[in-house]
Amino acid sequence: MRMLRAVFAHPSGRIGGVIVALYLLLAVLGLLGLTPHNPLMQYRIDRLHAPDSTYWMGTDLFGRDVASRLMMGIGQSFTVAFFSVAFAALAGTVLGLAAAWFGRRWDGVLMRLMDVLLAFPAILLALLIVAVAGPGTRTSIVAIAIVYTPIFTRVVRGPALSLKAREFVDAARTFGSSSSYILTRHLLLNLVAPLTVQITLALAWALLTEAGLSFLGLGTQPPAASLGLMLSDSRNLMETAPWLMIFPGVAIMISILGFNLLGDALRDIFDPRMRRAIA
Amino acid sequence: MTYLLRRLAVFPLVLIGVSIVVFVAIRMVPGDAITAMLGTEAGLLTPAQREALAAYFGIDQPWFVQYGRWLAGLLHGNLGISSTYGKPVLDVILERFPLTLELALLSMIIALVVGVPAGVFAATHNEKFSDLGVRVAAMIGQSTPNFVLALLIIYTLSAGFGVLPAMGEFSPLWQDPLRNLGQLILPAITLGFAFAASVTRVSRSAMLDVLSDDYVRTARSKGVSARGVIWRHALPNALIPVVTLSGIEFGYLLGGAVIVEQIYALPGLGRLVLDAILQRDYALVQGCVLFIAFNFMIVNLLVDLTYVALDPRIRLGEQ
Repeated sequence: MRMLRAVFAHPSGRIGGVIVALYLLLAVLGLLGLTPHNPLMQYRIDRLHAPDSTYWMGTDLFGRDVASRLMMGIGQSFTVAFFSVAFAALAGTVLGLAAAWFGRRWDGVLMRLMDVLLAFPAILLALLIVAVAGPGTRTSIVAIAIVYTPIFTRVVRGPALSLKAREFVDAARTFGSSSSYILTRHLLLNLVAPLTVQITLALAWALLTEAGLSFLGLGTQPPAASLGLMLSDSRNLMETAPWLMIFPGVAIMISILGFNLLGDALRDIFDPRMRRAIA
Repeated sequence: MTYLLRRLAVFPLVLIGVSIVVFVAIRMVPGDAITAMLGTEAGLLTPAQREALAAYFGIDQPWFVQYGRWLAGLLHGNLGISSTYGKPVLDVILERFPLTLELALLSMIIALVVGVPAGVFAATHNEKFSDLGVRVAAMIGQSTPNFVLALLIIYTLSAGFGVLPAMGEFSPLWQDPLRNLGQLILPAITLGFAFAASVTRVSRSAMLDVLSDDYVRTARSKGVSARGVIWRHALPNALIPVVTLSGIEFGYLLGGAVIVEQIYALPGLGRLVLDAILQRDYALVQGCVLFIAFNFMIVNLLVDLTYVALDPRIRLGEQ
């Protein structure tokens, strides 16, 4: 509750928070199928219908309602983003804690493995994974999760190493606390702040990557809707039906903006020293 | 110095790791390379012809033999033969690389020319309305995916001015510099946009940090003009994080901008990788990915070296 109040007291937090909340609502409605029209229904007589009171955002080449498809697409994009970031955060936290806690050879081997993954530009690694596993929603989740795992590992390992060296961990050990207790109670709890910031920013990247993969035809497969796929389909109809491009394009942009603003606000809140430095 | 030596020592290890990842990943792709190469015509091959082709491309051997051969070839600068182009992989890559390099350089120039002055401006007008304007613009710039921007640019040009971006046959810089620039300027703006936004944010925050430092106050109290303080004293130090950021972004761009190259129909490295993946051109995917990862690692290493050169405190701190 105190956290929520802090976010809303921060100017970019307020805007980002509202945007993210709004998108979450649209995503849930889209996933539950509570859309103005059936997103898969082809209203053949109304093909390429310009936006009006019946079709708020117009219809596409097959006469499908763009507003409904947009909601379905947001649901799809958010599902991929949330699952992939959840997996990456979980794997990264476990690996980062393991590297910091066991140290020495474990640390060396784990971090070199992460270096190997970080040596690929993100989209390239995602493309490679999709090439191996075949396009689709599940592959997108796995690909994005693998790409971002090393980043979470680094985010966790650094602070975990310095926390491990602090007196309270020694003290806890002297009192006979088990390793798992120290790891969860003392290390993990102190890592909540950097993790929260990282998760918010990673969600923005994940949305971007999902849209990019779908745009290339390697993410969500038709007839399901996804923002990147809608944008890619709009390319040849840009002049006759610009609404097909503008609505999904702006929708992607604002969703990423929302998470970026929220991430910045959270970073400010958790680390007041950074407040002035972040735009 | 130990930090740098350690980085240099790890470099070949990571490179071998990368090569193994690429090699193993490509061999996990379902379906066989011969069918992918020939499409429906593969059905017309006799088993003997199929075997002969597999032997020609060396894909009839167990994977560790293939990896060993590949690695040995690699040390001689031989990345194998591309099945799509029927040419050595390295030749195909080097044909595409100048475009990608030029595009990356152009985008970086745009980002720095726009981003650094914008950041300095915002920092020197801290908390004023104009600062807010720059910050909002930078935030929006950073949140705009390049493919959205590319489509918006193309749409604005075609709907508003009736012109289309210069696509068609790509002309290299040394053949027709003007035409080349005409073809690359829009993609470079597209890629430079978000890059400029990051540069603005980083130079603004670095500048703010530096402006509150003691030596800047000393310079000011000695009577150095406000402009002199900003350009002579503050900016060189504020540029250190900008160099780091630009280097990392540049490294990414050297990997080819897959989607932007696709939209603007540019035959760069990004599109080569995508096509190679779709065509299952094993040797080409391996070669490209390794080449890109290698560049990316080299650029990151150079960024670290520059960082140490620019900030003597790091060196002194380690001795």
